[in-house]
Amino acid sequence: MQTLINAFSFFGHHLDLFRDKTIAHLAISFASIGVALAIAIPLGVWLGHLHRGSFFAINVSNIGRALPSLAVISIAIGIVGIGFANTMVALVILAAPVMLTNAYVAVDQVDTNAVQAARAMGMRPWQVLMRVELPLAVPLIFAGIRTATVYVVATATLATFAGGGGLGDIIVNEATYGSAGVVAGALAITVLAFAIDGLLAVVQRAVTPRPLRHLARRASAAATVREPLPPLPAPPQ
Amino acid sequence: MNQADSGCVEIAFREVSKRYEGRPEAAVNRLSFEVPPGEICVLIGPSGCGKTTALKMVNRLIAITDGDITIDGRSVNALEVTQLRRGIGYVFQQIGLFPHMSVEANIGSVPRLLGWSKQRIRARAAELLSLVGLDPDADLRRYPGEFSGGQQQRIGVARAMAVDPPIMLMDEPFGAIDPITRERLQDDFLRLHREVRKTIIFVTHDIDEAIKMGDRIAIMRDGQLVQYATSDELLASPANDFVASFVGADRGLKRLRVWTLRDLTLDPAPPAGGDSLPSVEVGRSLRDALSLLLTEGAGQLTVTEAGKPIGTVTLEAITSAVAQDRNTAAA
Amino acid sequence: MISGLITPAAGGPVIPTFGKSSTCVVQNHQFCMSWFLDNFSSRFQPRLLEHIELTAIAVGVGMVIAFAAALLAHTQSWFETPFSLLAAFFYTIPALAFFEVMVQVTGINRLTAEIALVSYTLLILFRNTLTGLRAVPDDALQAAEAMGLTRRQTLTRVELPLALPPIMAGIRIATVTTISLTTVAAYIGAGGLGEPIFDGIQTGFKTEFVAAGFLAVALALVADGLLVIVQRLLTPWARRVRRA
Ligand SMILES: Nc1ncnc2c1ncn2[C@@H]1O[C@H](COP(=O)(O)OP(=O)(O)O)[C@@H](O)[C@H]1O
Ligand SMILES: [Mg+2]
Repeated sequence: MQTLINAFSFFGHHLDLFRDKTIAHLAISFASIGVALAIAIPLGVWLGHLHRGSFFAINVSNIGRALPSLAVISIAIGIVGIGFANTMVALVILAAPVMLTNAYVAVDQVDTNAVQAARAMGMRPWQVLMRVELPLAVPLIFAGIRTATVYVVATATLATFAGGGGLGDIIVNEATYGSAGVVAGALAITVLAFAIDGLLAVVQRAVTPRPLRHLARRASAAATVREPLPPLPAPPQ
Repeated sequence: MNQADSGCVEIAFREVSKRYEGRPEAAVNRLSFEVPPGEICVLIGPSGCGKTTALKMVNRLIAITDGDITIDGRSVNALEVTQLRRGIGYVFQQIGLFPHMSVEANIGSVPRLLGWSKQRIRARAAELLSLVGLDPDADLRRYPGEFSGGQQQRIGVARAMAVDPPIMLMDEPFGAIDPITRERLQDDFLRLHREVRKTIIFVTHDIDEAIKMGDRIAIMRDGQLVQYATSDELLASPANDFVASFVGADRGLKRLRVWTLRDLTLDPAPPAGGDSLPSVEVGRSLRDALSLLLTEGAGQLTVTEAGKPIGTVTLEAITSAVAQDRNTAAA
Repeated sequence: MISGLITPAAGGPVIPTFGKSSTCVVQNHQFCMSWFLDNFSSRFQPRLLEHIELTAIAVGVGMVIAFAAALLAHTQSWFETPFSLLAAFFYTIPALAFFEVMVQVTGINRLTAEIALVSYTLLILFRNTLTGLRAVPDDALQAAEAMGLTRRQTLTRVELPLALPPIMAGIRIATVTTISLTTVAAYIGAGGLGEPIFDGIQTGFKTEFVAAGFLAVALALVADGLLVIVQRLLTPWARRVRRA
């Protein structure tokens, strides 16, 4: 209890420190997420639209999930060196696979009847994608983005070992900040992760068309389980 | 109940009622009827009339509220519930095969509970598979997911018969299966029933299926029994308008399917030279005979038994036989 | 607690001088294979085994807790929400923060690390087990009941085997997640492959942390692959479905 009180008082006395570190933390997180989005979403959507490359698109996230984040960061330090860029490389490698798989599955699984109806109406492939597939895929795509974002914000704590800055700097520097500072840092990063998750939950709801909200709930459940559950044997027809 | 000479039990419903909690009206209301040993009794009626409820009270998947169901005079409530169930085969529309077990293990589920040896289970599973028209050599080790719906239901029937229970309960067993496959399953099941007689309660909402499968038919409405009769009686003299409309305006034609030429008094066989007439086997239904008369545009058919003519039949003979029977039934 | 890790030693890397050093080591290349091979059994192998042990204990204990909780939630559905919320709370806390906070309570030791690692496994294992139990088809349950299987027989012969695919998937995810978090746990003295990573980063000796990083990645991928194989062996029916 005393530790907690000390931590809060530390926080109160170092607001500027926390502000700066939080900004640095979010900067590296969102820079990485931006790059991952730019790579993974178009690729996943495109593959899903073509219904091609399912083996790659689905297994890439199995591999991405298996990669230990600290190990990736350490390898990146060896190759890229210390600093912001290194951490970004590592975070992109960790974030992109989840986004890609979700985007692929989201578009690939869009009701084929709806797609066929759209084609039968004379829509071009591009129009089918923009007007039918993407709107129906949004909940699941976004679920992937949300999972990846929370993962990145949490993992960015390790950026401190690679000189990437952020709230991790406080947590690992007991020599300077004392145990009150370490606990305060830990609480701050925890609150940040929950806040981002909550915020994205709200955004996810907002971007999901009302008739698809029940899908979104399922998608976010699947996102916490971190992969769509393997299908059970098909029930008798 | 597990004795080997199966098919010898009688099932009796005595004033059986079922009231679900929170529902004012009874789902099954004072239902009384008896199924003689070795017969197929079909329960039929509109959706929600209480067929499934009535059926499930026999193996106590649903508890009886009032009255009693007896098997050879013993109340189903007198037996330990798992014992009771292991002695009653149960087949239902959704089949309920265990997807994680091979066909052999599925069929062996109850035998295993009863402590049968592996060899005995395998032999029994193989025997049953050929009985229901599947291939024991190839199919025993496969999983349910590898079979079509019709094949799965065959496996479901085999599983229900694993310990040769004297009673089978079947709840719309062929309801989810395409019409052509369903006909085949019905035929095969009737053949099977002739070989291995059991007392069967069979639920359906399809009147044609009821007429085909049932020795007796119980028509239900709003939880109550409206009429309990053989299919022929039901078609000849429906108890009221409800039954009449349920069996359909074409019940006269349906009845032709229940009768075979064997049920008629045939005219004497024509002298030699009459073989220009179209011919029909004596085991065929009156409906087939009528159809042949119409398509051939003939006034008369030669009736054969094992290819040899034994008599002739005319359109008048068919109609008068059915009409005469109607008069006696009405009297 | 190891502190000052962020600042690689000033004035160049501190290369351990174990006898004669090759030029590769002296010039601190990204990866010196011969040094790695020479030092594998003394510096890496024990850490690797430690890592496997830490992971196995965490997933094992986590599975026992999550399984019991899922069984309870399966019969008492009110239990699902509180347990899920608690597990989701643990799951979202960034690892380093969790470890540091736990250190304040239970000190710098392996127990602290294991408590945190177990907490991380709970959400995935609980959700997947419960989902698996709930996804057992109704018709199979009805058939089991009609056949006269008791509640216990139904659980062990029908429900659990059918719930295996999602349970195995959960074990797989929990295992690779734990392997990843265990590298961070070295920061609070739990041992494992994180130790040479932190040590190498601190001294600036690239081969050490790159090699440990690759070993951790390899361990995760091998574990993932092995669990896929185990899952296939345990659920032979799942792949053999007729394509109608
Ligand atoms: N478990 C239950 N609880 C409450 N009411 C039920 C339950 N099962 C069936 N019913 C009601 O009992 C009536 C008879 O149902 P059921 O026996 O399933 O009919 P059928 O099989 O003839 O379609 C229906 O009105 C149905 O809604
Ligand atoms: Mg019904």
